[in-house]
Amino acid sequence: MTPRLTPDDEAALSGARGPGVALAMDVLVSFARAIGAPSFLDITRAHVDGCLYHGQASLDFVERLVAGGTRVAVPTTLNVGSFDLIHPEIMRLPDAEADPARRLMRAHEALGCTPSFTCAPYQTLLRPGFGEQIAWGESNAIVFANSVIGARTNRYGDFIDLCCAVTGRAPAWGLHLDENRLATMLFRLSGFPASAEATDALVVGVGLIVGLEAGPAVPVIEGLPPPRDEDQLKALGAAAASAGEVALFHAVGITPEAPDLARATGGKAPRAMRDITPGDVAEAVARLSRVPEGTALAAVCLGTPHFSDAEWTRLLRLLRDGGGASQVPIYVNTGRETLARLEAGDAFAGLDAARIVPVTDTCTYVTAILEDLAGAVMTNSGKWAHYAPGNIGVEVAFGELEDCVLSARAGRVVRAR
Amino acid sequence: MTCEPVAVLLEGSAEARACVLSGPLSFWGGVDSLDGRVIDATHPDRGRVLAGTILVMPCGRGSSSSASVLAEALRRGTGPAGIVLERPDPILVVGAIVARRLYGAVCPIVVLSGPPIADGCLIRIEAGAEGGFIEIVAPGAPDACRPGAPQPSGTV
Repeated sequence: MTPRLTPDDEAALSGARGPGVALAMDVLVSFARAIGAPSFLDITRAHVDGCLYHGQASLDFVERLVAGGTRVAVPTTLNVGSFDLIHPEIMRLPDAEADPARRLMRAHEALGCTPSFTCAPYQTLLRPGFGEQIAWGESNAIVFANSVIGARTNRYGDFIDLCCAVTGRAPAWGLHLDENRLATMLFRLSGFPASAEATDALVVGVGLIVGLEAGPAVPVIEGLPPPRDEDQLKALGAAAASAGEVALFHAVGITPEAPDLARATGGKAPRAMRDITPGDVAEAVARLSRVPEGTALAAVCLGTPHFSDAEWTRLLRLLRDGGGASQVPIYVNTGRETLARLEAGDAFAGLDAARIVPVTDTCTYVTAILEDLAGAVMTNSGKWAHYAPGNIGVEVAFGELEDCVLSARAGRVVRAR
Repeated sequence: MTCEPVAVLLEGSAEARACVLSGPLSFWGGVDSLDGRVIDATHPDRGRVLAGTILVMPCGRGSSSSASVLAEALRRGTGPAGIVLERPDPILVVGAIVARRLYGAVCPIVVLSGPPIADGCLIRIEAGAEGGFIEIVAPGAPDACRPGAPQPSGTV
């Protein structure tokens, strides 16, 4: 099916807005035809996940747009790249890889994108609002925007997110439309004590199970204890999107499109149902920890997705309460805006011995930053634990933030309880 | 089957040996764009070379970064000459359209709902704006794109 084009779409396609917009519209039309979208709709924002270098073609596409004088049509944030432009001294990439990585990031800036270089654009000033039509790349950002904010995006990715940004248009299909946002699969927490808290392990475990089992269904979770903050919903969504293809989840009484179960499902019976028990969660989380307790650590890695203000506050308090000294470095991925706010105050005062290594613009599992890969790395991120072994070849221990801080102090895997 | 209608995802013509995979493949993490070889350690067809073949598989799989890897393979001339799927895959279409616009590389993509294609047979894809078809030009030489087989010459 060839999508219906408005006169403005036709004009964009024929070059009235420049060669870059014409190229982007051409790619969008091919994409829309492949997915069977009948038409396009306006978007208000974009988040482009195009700054990780996958080869010359990545760079050629963006530089072709730059050469045509193209500018993004809507406010556009950028996802992480392969290089920390703020802290180049911590990078361990050979020049042959660092140069194109930096060039790709700069080329996106030349299109008028905001140099946010964060996988948590929802923590920036450009956070969308409920019901906004947006085109976002980066799996955790997509699931957060849809689920926690109630903005509307499909899983966009390489080239397409940028094509949406420069045209201001997205195909009218999938999660942009009301009917496709209703939950079709029910996950019910069962057998947990009424006093169960939303620990990091619980939300990550539930996220992994939902990701593995939902497939293309829209999941709704019933019985999730109230999360401490939106960072726990970030962690749940990131784990679900790492383990599967989840782009939207509902949590009854917690997320905005699920004030109750009936409204999450549109009053229809879910097509499938699955109970999640404490044993299931323990098993899912145990699979993330591949080393025994007491294993020597090489580092602690936090902030996947990027650490928020609230997470920094918790971490810095835990470090101060524990005396502030660490045996191994604590790498913390975070947005450059967030770090600038912290550094403008005295957030790190007296914590020199804590060995905090802030990382901006990138993430410790997508590029070469860790100094020491011999020894396990501990994290409280289900996403980091899922990808790091394959990407950078490390052994991982998963734990609560409290456990990560305790273990950094001990230099080996220990737990508070 | 000698001639079978197909749904056209991306237009173009190609003629090459069919490389029929036994399952979906993610180009990202699954194909080395340097030589077009399947490198996914968990894939049953690991080691086969897609360069210059018509890739036949049920659908793509996984990350949207597969679009970049397909575009890069087509830039290097290590990509497939065409792709035949059972289900539409927008990510592969994006990779192929970008490679066409940037480098003029032609890699038609079609969806076949007809009978399965035998591995190694010589097939022709004709995919146009008004529709398309696949023709079996010559029967199979099943090992044509097995590891170690001589490389077929490009046909686009």
